Parts: sequence; structure tokens; C-alpha cells
Amino acid sequence: MAPRTSFEVGGMGHSIKRKEDPRFIRGKGTYVDDVQLPGMVYLDIVRSPFAHAKIKKIDASKALAIPGVLAVITGQDLAKYNLHWMPTLMSDTQMVLPVEKVMYQAQEVAAVLATTRYGAADGVAAVEVEYEPLPVVVDPKKALEPGAPVLRTDKKDKKDNRIWHWEWGDGAATDRAIAEADVTVKQDIYIPRIHVASIETCGCVAHFDKVNDKLTVWMTTQAPHAIRTVFALVAGHVGLAEHKIRIISPDIGGGFGGKVPVYPGYVIAVAASVLTGKPVKWIEDRMENLQADSFARDYHITAELAAKKDGTLTALRIKTIADHGYTDAAANPSKFPAGLFHVCTGSYDLKAAHVEVDGVYTNKPPGGIAYRCSFRVTEAVHTIERMVDLMAHQLGVDPAEFRMKNFIKPEQFPYKSALGWEYDSGNYAGALQKAMDKIGYAELKREQVEKRQRGELMGIGISSFTEIVGAGPSKHFDILGLKMFDSCEIRIHPTGKAIARFGTKSQGQGHETTYAQILAEELGIPAADIQVEEGDTDTAPYGLGTYASRSTPVAGAAAAMAARKIQDKARKIAAHLLEAAPEDLVWEPGKFSVKGAPNKSKTIQDIAFAAYTNHPQGMEAGLEAVSYYDPPNLTYPFGSYICVVDIDTGTGEVKVRRFVAVDDCGNIINPMIVEGQIHGGLTMGFAPALLEEISYDEIGNIQGGSFIDYLVPTAVETPKWETDKTCTPSPHHPLGAKGVGESATVGAPAAIANAVVDALWHLGVRHVDIPITPPKVWKLLREKGVAG
Amino acid sequence: MLVKVAINGEKHEADVEPRLLLVHLIREVFRLTGTHIGCDTTHCGACTVLLDGRAVKSCTIFAVQAHGREIMTVEGLEQDGKLHPLQEGFMAEHGLQCGYCTPGMLMTSYAFLKKHPTPTEDEIRRAISGNLCRCTGYVNIVKAIQHAAAKLAQGGS
Repeated sequence: MAPRTSFEVGGMGHSIKRKEDPRFIRGKGTYVDDVQLPGMVYLDIVRSPFAHAKIKKIDASKALAIPGVLAVITGQDLAKYNLHWMPTLMSDTQMVLPVEKVMYQAQEVAAVLATTRYGAADGVAAVEVEYEPLPVVVDPKKALEPGAPVLRTDKKDKKDNRIWHWEWGDGAATDRAIAEADVTVKQDIYIPRIHVASIETCGCVAHFDKVNDKLTVWMTTQAPHAIRTVFALVAGHVGLAEHKIRIISPDIGGGFGGKVPVYPGYVIAVAASVLTGKPVKWIEDRMENLQADSFARDYHITAELAAKKDGTLTALRIKTIADHGYTDAAANPSKFPAGLFHVCTGSYDLKAAHVEVDGVYTNKPPGGIAYRCSFRVTEAVHTIERMVDLMAHQLGVDPAEFRMKNFIKPEQFPYKSALGWEYDSGNYAGALQKAMDKIGYAELKREQVEKRQRGELMGIGISSFTEIVGAGPSKHFDILGLKMFDSCEIRIHPTGKAIARFGTKSQGQGHETTYAQILAEELGIPAADIQVEEGDTDTAPYGLGTYASRSTPVAGAAAAMAARKIQDKARKIAAHLLEAAPEDLVWEPGKFSVKGAPNKSKTIQDIAFAAYTNHPQGMEAGLEAVSYYDPPNLTYPFGSYICVVDIDTGTGEVKVRRFVAVDDCGNIINPMIVEGQIHGGLTMGFAPALLEEISYDEIGNIQGGSFIDYLVPTAVETPKWETDKTCTPSPHHPLGAKGVGESATVGAPAAIANAVVDALWHLGVRHVDIPITPPKVWKLLREKGVAG
Repeated sequence: MLVKVAINGEKHEADVEPRLLLVHLIREVFRLTGTHIGCDTTHCGACTVLLDGRAVKSCTIFAVQAHGREIMTVEGLEQDGKLHPLQEGFMAEHGLQCGYCTPGMLMTSYAFLKKHPTPTEDEIRRAISGNLCRCTGYVNIVKAIQHAAAKLAQGGS
């Protein structure tokens, strides 16, 4: 689509440079640890070395004797105010600080307040805690066995470790279809626990101003407005009313879902500030971040896929055990305990499907948040893409051809999936064909045959994913009852410049630029003349925040709708100025002109000035609008990725030789930013496929709890991404746009895993769980007798 | 202990605990907050600064070790209101998203290009492998450094 505006105006389709960058490249951003207030004190946290233990005694005397240590806060202290437990986003309960026992290694046990950062750390080292270890439950399958220790003894009626059981779809029809199928494939797939590991950890500065009775919290949050409401609900009984709480989400150094939850550290810092009247800073270190903050994934899946002899897919059945740690602190819409996992029929026209998920308590950190993906969509995509590939290989059909045969066809949109989703638009075959052409699919297949004859291991993997983003229609989507709309408020100043504020919060996605471009597109005011602000709850309109690729689908739509309200009023003002009837005016971005008399026109800047100096009698002055947008549906971006891997038989190392990604996110606002999102998403898909995992030993000791052993990819391992796109606009989004920030994270792991299995299929390998590490592959090669 | 350093050409001194890390001296004592902290184990590189021209991770050096030496931070890249070609490159090529790793990336690249003015892509990737970025997938960071190398070769500052 050719841009409608000039590059100088910078509307949709222009790769204008980012408005955020001038401060970041000078080191002048303001991240939370950059906030320094007079009289500020520091909070640091004592953490448990045990995964499950009774707390017998906390002796703070030595810590309190250290000069500069002001206080040691325990669960008993918070219990006096009934603040020792807090609700999670999934309406479970989580300890702020424990009174009786700890439930995972690195859990918060006590907090030390001191005048300096180093003093607080000294205090932490000096707090003596006496524990009595309890039996540890690490494996969620064992947690469900009869006789397993019941972990949540705080819940009076809880007799087992099952959090919930959830089912979706027509079980009987699915069982029937599978029983009648000519071919079925069944596979256990484990998608391990991983961590977003944004380069900035979490933290806050809480400042309770006793004179004005106002709490201001600068914090690393992706959802400042929701956090304000949660704080008011949780701490209302100690006098924190919502109008006296201001959450400021400053520049955020990466979020990816990890900065959605409320962590105990934030709450303790707030409590400490309210109690002392001093500003309190709490900043996690990296190990605390990896070991205690919300994790992602940890799904133990068993999937079964059925097909007819001719390769037509018929049914999918999935059973999953979801390890949530000791509390369900997932960031999901309230209605869907397993997130949007039931988008698991993917890009395929399956007539029957059924999903069951059991949430389980274990002695691990709580979570179930995203890792740069919309609620559990990566788990869904990984499963269906692995299963479809398995079926194609089983039938001896080329995986690309097999996908082409079973894709939902363009003419079937809007398409109602077997599990009830209404896909808005798609052209799956178009994206796959483009990826095949770009990578030279046929030639690669020939090369693979030759290599195999020489004993070399080369694999080609495809992933043709469908994403589901932009939560959400409020009839289905809320978090703790808060409907998942989002917002934009625009004020046009008399001189034609503007400020716009949003309920979302960028963590690097470039909202200041993208939103300005949407408004430039809709109003013709140059993007450079539009200031975009987010993240201050005292000034921005209420919104649910940025995660699950919802900013463009929801707040971006709100921007367009608010701009259209402004355009409506501008038309009336222009009609007044031009002495014409409003309906006789023609709009093009930036001006109204009289139909048939193009020389008679008024620019948006003329109109803005008139709105304050010469507005029609009977009309209110000013040029402002606000929109709270409730999307009619989600958006369904999609894409096809093809990956080529070579496997070193000597070391088991998987080398991604090429990776072609064709994405379709509908109409694009800033192509440069979208491509950057895809590069980043691909890298966060590559990482769990080959490198990242957090696991636990049998007594709950974390493995992968620092950057020493949690392997975030560097520039050396990261493949040289090749990207391209197709464009299938969303029919319901006002700009035809879809979300894109997470597509690649969702789609990439399956392409890599499929390539590895493809390379090893002839040896009898049917599946490899991610991360596909050299030791794992080498072990397989040795079993098959081909290790070099 | 008294520490005297020059940061970006300006003299600073402070009386500090011997255990104070250089990154905290820069950020909290001298309030130059462009240098960031992303880990505790010298892996992420967000805290990279130049110490006598050499790129170092300031989270793993004591402030007192910098006594009498020259430090350059991200705030020192812009000279007389003119951005360094690396800063221009990162903007032009969309080499940053959240901006948190950016100062460390810039300083590592700065030291690297001084020694290797015409690097290959693989050399650039190796040079920045001690700096983690979670947002960009590195593609555009590599392009940004190439952009700067080309500009510097043409006689940019």
C-alpha cells in the first residue's frame, strides 16, 4: 500500500526515525533506577535457600546493629496490616512475605531497609533465618499423584495440588473423529520453563508523601493503570485510595510480559514508604530476576492428531499439565486459565478439537506469564506445528505440500475455528509460497538428499503459524474484572501541534513514533508535531497496558477513533470558515476543501487555530477527543517461517544456516519498526529453541538462575534473519492493522525444532524437546550410532 | 578512599568505600545515569564504559581501581552538539528499541572501531558478543556499526 501522506507528514507506511531515540542514544532515558529522590532509602530482600521449608525463626538483631540499617520487615510485620498476602492476577493468593513457610527457592523471606544500597545488602547478609525443610514437590505429574504432599496448606479445603481443570471443545466429536481416522500421530511435547530476562530487571521507587497523603510509585510496569487499581483494592483498608495513588512507568528496559505482574518487592517497598514516610528504592539484581520473577511456559503436553489417508487433517486432541509453581500468578484474561491455548488448531481447517489443561502447584516460583507472546499462544503454535510436521513425515508427504493442502483457504475468512475463535483474515498459502520462493525450497530439498547420501545431517523446517492478538473484546476479556479496552486522548493546540496520551506503555516498541504516525495519517498533522505520552496514571486515560501485542490492535485503534472524532469537529469548523455546508467538504490528510473548488480549503492547522479563536457560535471551543476502544474481535496475524539447519555429528551442535521469515500483520504503520520487532521476536524464538531453559533438581534447586547458565543469545549465535512480508489487512481494525510484536517468538521455535527432526527423521528420531542443546542431540546421535 | 577520575574530560573526585563498584560511582555518586546495570556476572555489558580507552564492564571494577584514570561514558560521545557517527548509525538503522543495552553497545563499538576501522560483519558480531540485547536480534545493531564505520572512514569524527 502506497502511503497517503508525504514523508514529512509521516503517516502510515513511512519508516520515519523514532522519536524515542535521541534520548536513548545520549544515555538520557529515565529508567526506574535512574530516579533518585532526596532522602531516599534502599530496600533489599532476604531470600530462601530452600524450595519448601517452615520458617522457625527470623533473627534480625545482627542486621539491625549494622550502621545505616533502618528496619528489617518480616511477614509478621505485614500481617499486622493484613498485607502479608496479596491476590494474583488469576485471583489466586501469593505471599508478600511469609509468616509460616516458604514455597520455592529464592522466595522473599524478609526485607531490609537501609540508607544505602550497600548497607541494605549488608543487612540482608546478616539476617539469620532458621528453617525446617519440608518435602519438595518439583514434578507436576508427581504433584497430582495420590499421597503427594499438599502444598497449599493455607487453603483450608485444599486436599490436592490441582489448581484447576479446564476443558474446551467438543470432546465426544473429537474422540469419534480420532477413532475413525485412517492415520493418527501422538506425541508428548514438553515446553520448558523460560524467563523473559529483559536487560533491565524489575524495580520501583515508592514515595509516600505524608503531607499530601499521596503515594507515587515509579515502577517497571507494562500496565500502570491496572496496577493503580490493584494497589487501591489491596491496600484500600490501610488508607490508599485510588485518587491518592500515582503510578509512573518511566522508560522501560524491555518487558516481554515479565513486567505485568505485581511482585512482592513492589508491595514491600510501598509498605515501607508508607510506614517510614521516606522514598524507598527497590531494584532486583539479575539472579533475583531470573530466580523469583514470573516464568513463562512449563507445559507438559500430550497431543494427538488425526487424518484421512489422503492427508486431510480431521481432529486434534490435547491434554496438558501446566506447572504454575506455588500459586497461579499467570497474567491471563480472567476467563481463560490456560490463556488462548485453544487457538491450537492453528492455520489448519480442523473439524474437531478438544483441549484439556490441568493447572498444578509445585515448589517453584509462581507465574505463567508470557515470554513475548500473547497468552499461551507459543505453546499452542509449537504443538500444532510439531504435530502437523509429524503427520506429514509419517505420511511421507512433503511438509510444505501437506500444509498447503490443509490450510484454511483465503475464501473461508472470516473463519470459525473448531474451538470457537473467529479468525479475521488470512492468506496462509500466500505467505508459505513466498517463504519457499525466497529460500529456494526445491533446491534445498535436492541438497538435503545429496547430503544425506554423504552422511551429513541437514534439515529443513517449516512453521506456518497463526497468532491471536489484541485482547480484547470486552465480552470475553478482562483481568480481575477490568475490561480489556484501551484508550487515546488527543488535544490539538491552537498552533496546530498536538499531545496525545494513551493507556498503554511502550517497553521499546516505539509507541511514541507509531502512535504519532497513526494520528498523522488520520489528521494530517506531521508526526513530528505530535507528542505522545504514556505511563503516568495522573495524566493518561485509563487503559489495560501493553502486552500480548495489543497496543496497535487496541490503543492504535483508539488513536484512529479519537482522531476521527476530531476530524468530525474539524469539518464543522472548516465549514464555518469556508462558509460551506459540512457535507460539501472533502477531506484529504491535513485539509478540508470545498467539493469542486479545491482552491477553497482550510488546513488542519487553520482549523485548530479557529477552534480557539473563531469557532462557530453554539459550538464548544477547543479541539480534543478521547476514545476508549473495545475491539469487536481479536486480530490474527500470521506467517510462514522456513529454517535450514546443519547438525555437527561430532558435537551435536545445531547450526541455523538460514532462516526466512514471511510475516503478515495487515497494514503496516512503520515498516522499519515492524521489521525490528520481527528481528527481536525471531531471536526470542531462537533462544528457547536452542539455548534457554530454567529447570530444577529434585530438591527444588534452580538451574539456570543467572546469566552464567541461562543462555541469552549473543550476536554470535543469533542467525542472520531474512525477512519478508505479505499484507492481508484486518477487516475490523480501523486501520486494517494487526499486532506484530510477538509473531516471530510464537512462530520461530517450531520451525527450528521441525528442521532438527527433519534432519534426523531417517535415523528414526520423531521428536526432540526444546531447547535442542548439543548434549541432547549428541546423545541421540550416539544412540543412533551416527555420532562422529 | 579518595578517588579522582576524569569522566568525559571533566575532573571528578569523591570519598568512597573501597568496595564501591565503578558503575555505582558513575551512576550514583556522579549521577551520570546513561551507564546501565543489567546483571551481576559481567555477561550483559549494559555497564560498558571506556577506561583509558579500553572497553570495560564497570560492574566488575572497583571505583578505586579507576583512580587517576580517564573514563568515557555514553554521555561523552556527543561532542559540541554533534552526535558521534555511532549514535547516528544506531538511529538511522533502528539499532535500538528499549534503549537499555544501547549505551553499553555504543561504548563497546566505539572502542572496537578505533582498533578495527573496517570490520567484517562476523568481526562486528564477535566484538559485541559481550553485550546482550533482548529487543533487536542484533541485525540492525550490526548495520548501525557498519553505518558508523563507513562514515568514520569518510572522515567523520
